[in-house]
Parts: sequence; C-alpha cells; structure tokens
Amino acid sequence: MEWSRLHPLTPLLRGGSYILLLAAGIGQQGVRDGDARFAGVALVVGTPLAVLAGYLSWRTTRYRVEGTELHITSGVLRKRDRRVPLPRVQSIDLVRPLAARIFGLAELRLEVVGGADSEARLSYLQEETAVRLRTSLLALVSGREEAAEPVERSLATVPTGVLLGSMALGGPLVVALAAPLVLLAAAAFAPEAVLPIFLGMFTLLTSYVGIAVKRLLTEYGFSVSEVPEGLRLRQGLLDRRTQTIPPGRVQTIRISEPLLWRWQGWVRVEVDVAGYGAQESHTSTLLPVAPRAFAEALVARVLGTYLPAPTVGVLPIVRWRAPLSRRRLRIATDGRHVVSCSGFVTTTTDIVPLTKVQSLRLTQGAWQRRLGLASVHVDSAGRRLTGAVLAHRAVGEAEDLLAVLTAQARAAR
Amino acid sequence: MDLSDDDWRRPDPALLRLRRITCLVELGGLTALALVALLVTGHGWEALAAALAGTVLLGLALSSVERHFRAWGYAERDDDLLIRRGVLIRRTSVVPYGRMQYVDVVAGPWDRHFGIASVVLHTAAAATDATIPGLRTDEAARLRDRLVALGEARAAGV
Repeated sequence: MEWSRLHPLTPLLRGGSYILLLAAGIGQQGVRDGDARFAGVALVVGTPLAVLAGYLSWRTTRYRVEGTELHITSGVLRKRDRRVPLPRVQSIDLVRPLAARIFGLAELRLEVVGGADSEARLSYLQEETAVRLRTSLLALVSGREEAAEPVERSLATVPTGVLLGSMALGGPLVVALAAPLVLLAAAAFAPEAVLPIFLGMFTLLTSYVGIAVKRLLTEYGFSVSEVPEGLRLRQGLLDRRTQTIPPGRVQTIRISEPLLWRWQGWVRVEVDVAGYGAQESHTSTLLPVAPRAFAEALVARVLGTYLPAPTVGVLPIVRWRAPLSRRRLRIATDGRHVVSCSGFVTTTTDIVPLTKVQSLRLTQGAWQRRLGLASVHVDSAGRRLTGAVLAHRAVGEAEDLLAVLTAQARAAR
Repeated sequence: MDLSDDDWRRPDPALLRLRRITCLVELGGLTALALVALLVTGHGWEALAAALAGTVLLGLALSSVERHFRAWGYAERDDDLLIRRGVLIRRTSVVPYGRMQYVDVVAGPWDRHFGIASVVLHTAAAATDATIPGLRTDEAARLRDRLVALGEARAAGV
C-alpha cells in the first residue's frame, strides 16, 4: 500500500482547542491589565507560528499498511516511526468528536498491549477513509484474507428512557428522598443548621447531576452488534465512539448490580481488554444498563457459551470476616471460566476466561488464618478489571482451587 | 500446593544478614539518639526506660525479620514458578512461564555489597506479585536466564 496522509484539516482541529485556550488566556489577561498590546503581539506572532507548526506536523505524518503491520511516521524535529503489529491489536476505535463530525472527519485508534503510550492514533481521516481503513485493518487483525464488507447483526440497544432511569436510580434518588427528611429534622431540632444543610445537599445534587450528564453524553445511543471481526460497540451523544473488539480479546467481564437497580432487575456489563488505560473507564462498557437475563445472554454470546451460575457459597464462619457480603460470596468454574460474585451494596460478578489467566495467587491474612480461610486471586491482563477474587474460601478448598485452576489454565493456553 | 519442604528454594542467608543490619542500624540508632537526648537533658530514669523499651523492640523486630526471611521460598516447577512469602499475610503466587513478559534483576548498593540481587517477574497482569529477593548474584542470573528461556519456549501472549 502507498503512503497516505491525514486529512488536511487535521491541524485546524487538533490546534483548535489550543487556540481557544490561548484566546481565553489572552482575553483574561487583557481584561485584567486593560492592555491589548500583549494580546495583539501574541496573536500576530503566535498564529502564524501555530499554523506553520500544524502544517509541518501534518506534512510529516504519513501511514501505510505493510504486510501485517501498520506503519506510521510522524514528527518534525523528533521523528517517530511506529510499526503496529496488527495481529496483536486488542481493539480498534473509531472516534468522532463533535468538532470532527462537523467536518465529516474521524479518528482511528488502535489499542496494543504495552505501556501508557501504547495506542496508535490516526487523527484525523475522512470518515469513509477511516471506515475503509478500519475494515482492512480488522481483516488483518483477525487474520483473514479479504476484507469483506461487514455484515452487522444488532445484539442490543439501550433506550434513552432506560438510561435516564438508571441514572436517576442511585445517588440523585437518595438525595432527593433524604433531603426533605433531613431538612425537616434540622428545622425541628436545629433551625440554624437548615441553610448549611440545604446548601450541602444542593452541592451534592449538582455533582450527581454533573456525573449523570457526563454519563448521558458518553453512553447515549448505546448499541452492541456483532460483525465478522468481533463485537462492535457504539455510543456517545456529541462525541461518537465506535469500538470494535476482535474475538478472543476479552480479559475480564464484570456484571454489576447497584443496590437500587435490583428493584428493576437491571445490571451493568463491562469488559476489559489488555491495554486500555485505567483513566478511560468508559471504553470498557459492554452494556450500560439492561435486564439481567438479557445481559447474561449477551455475555454468553461474547464468550460463546453460557456461564455456570455462581452457586458455591462460603462457610458460615465467614460472617466473622465479611458479615454483610457473606451470602453474596459465591463462585463457579466450568473448566473454561472462573465466575466470582461479591459485594453487598453493589453486587459484582467477575468473569475471567481461563485462557486469559496471567497468574494465580493465594493470600491469607492473619484474621483469615484464625478462621481457617484463604482467598484465591485469578489475575488477568485487564487494566481496570484485573481479574477475579475467590474470597474467603476454606483453606483446603482454596488450595484445591489454586491447584485445579492452575492445571485448567495450563490446559486452556 | 503439594510440595515437600525440600522442593522450595530459599533466598541466600546474606539477605537475612543485610535485613538484620538494617534493622539494627535503624532501631538501634533511634534508641541511641533518644538515650543521648534524655541523658543530656538529665532524665535518668526515662533514659533507662527508653533503653529497655528499645532493647525489647529490637528483639521483636529481629525475630520478625528472621521469620520473614524464613517465609520466603520459590520452586521451579515444570510449567510455572511458585513463590511464597509473608508471615502475617501469607501469599503464594503461581506464574506460568508462558505468561512472562519480562524479568528484572534488581540490586541496590547494599545488595551488591552482600552479593545478592532480587529477581522480579512481570506478566501482562498488573496484579501479578512475583518478586524473589536475596538471591546470590550467580543464582539470580541463572534463574533469569532459565525463566527467559522457558518463557520463550512456552510463550502464550495475552
């Protein structure tokens, strides 16, 4: 394949935010000093420099597909030559920030296992170019010969009403219900505390609303579908993101059920592939909210098999170590996966395919030893979901689990 | 794990010596400082109490250092490396050779003076906890080479 360049509008879009920042900074300075000269100089000197830098950076950035590698060169003074081995790619994202969408552009992001800076980005490309490139890259990632036009089968979409409902069932609801009671109590017993309490509640509510808005922006219009190259997740209101996870890349799956969602029977499903930074937490959502049976069916689809229900509980003596969550500590194994349930307020179920086990650990704290308990940790390469913990098992059981899981993981590799 | 005590290898006694010395210097030094300060300011009885407390503490610390040292062990099995450690919190790690991403051999200045080094295994999982401290330098190099060779032979990726 020949060398290609990014879209010529790239410098404008990438530099746009900096120019805005600069303008804001200068504006503030100007207002404070009542002196427009500084701003003028900065604009007159800075703008051409920024334009030149942007042009040079665009001019030196090129990419091409070479065999099974994506080859990207960039850099004006400090050259960077990056070759991404496609069979090792963990996921491909097509990101379209609002500004880029206006111009019909998109960014292509390839996630590879490695350090913090291990992802390869191509920003920005024309949307059709990006989609075409993604198709051919995905074909190489999954090791297929021809890049077939993907046949997409929709697996799930999340209605906006359900998403909004799930956001309300949590902090906001608690505050809304508790606020009148607390305020009434305060009015009755300590009238001078009413205002501070009210302000505190208000602040809390605003922060919840902020979180909810952020979630709405990222998870709006969520859909999961199946393409020959793996799973395709779409989400976002202003910034749209389409993530493709090739088969066999999932390291850990977590199904979580917050306390108030139990009433509706809703759960949240997250997946983790190797290489995603912990800061980009939203990248691993497989389903923001859905009924449990539906979520379990989707997980079964991803793993290719239905999972055993976690039924093996812990000894009654565990109540001295984990009194609240004792009844929720349940595990199951089927020779190919480990399923572990835990948590009291939010019940989480962690699933690790044994093919992905990186290491196994047995830990026993002092109090656990007194009670004759031990925990087995199953480590996977997920960045945020780092594996499953089979907590507070009887010592003999834990030792057996360690031996059996070690053998099964070896067989699965 | 069904291993007899003979299958476990242990860190070199030099590690115990080093840990003991560190402990002596830190706790002993602290006690001595307190003693001097108390004597200079003329608190005789308090100084005696401090000396007693310091000695008891030192004894406890030394025995804990020793128990810690005894708890360390590792075993090279056919497919994985087994590491155990800890007194209060006991840990056993199983790291399959094929999952190893890289191996570090680390030796600080005092380690080098005592001719020992630590071998640290890294897998793609951040939670993997596989450090073997206090190996004689040649044993550390041998273990590193063996681990790398086995890791290459059985590489399983992520």
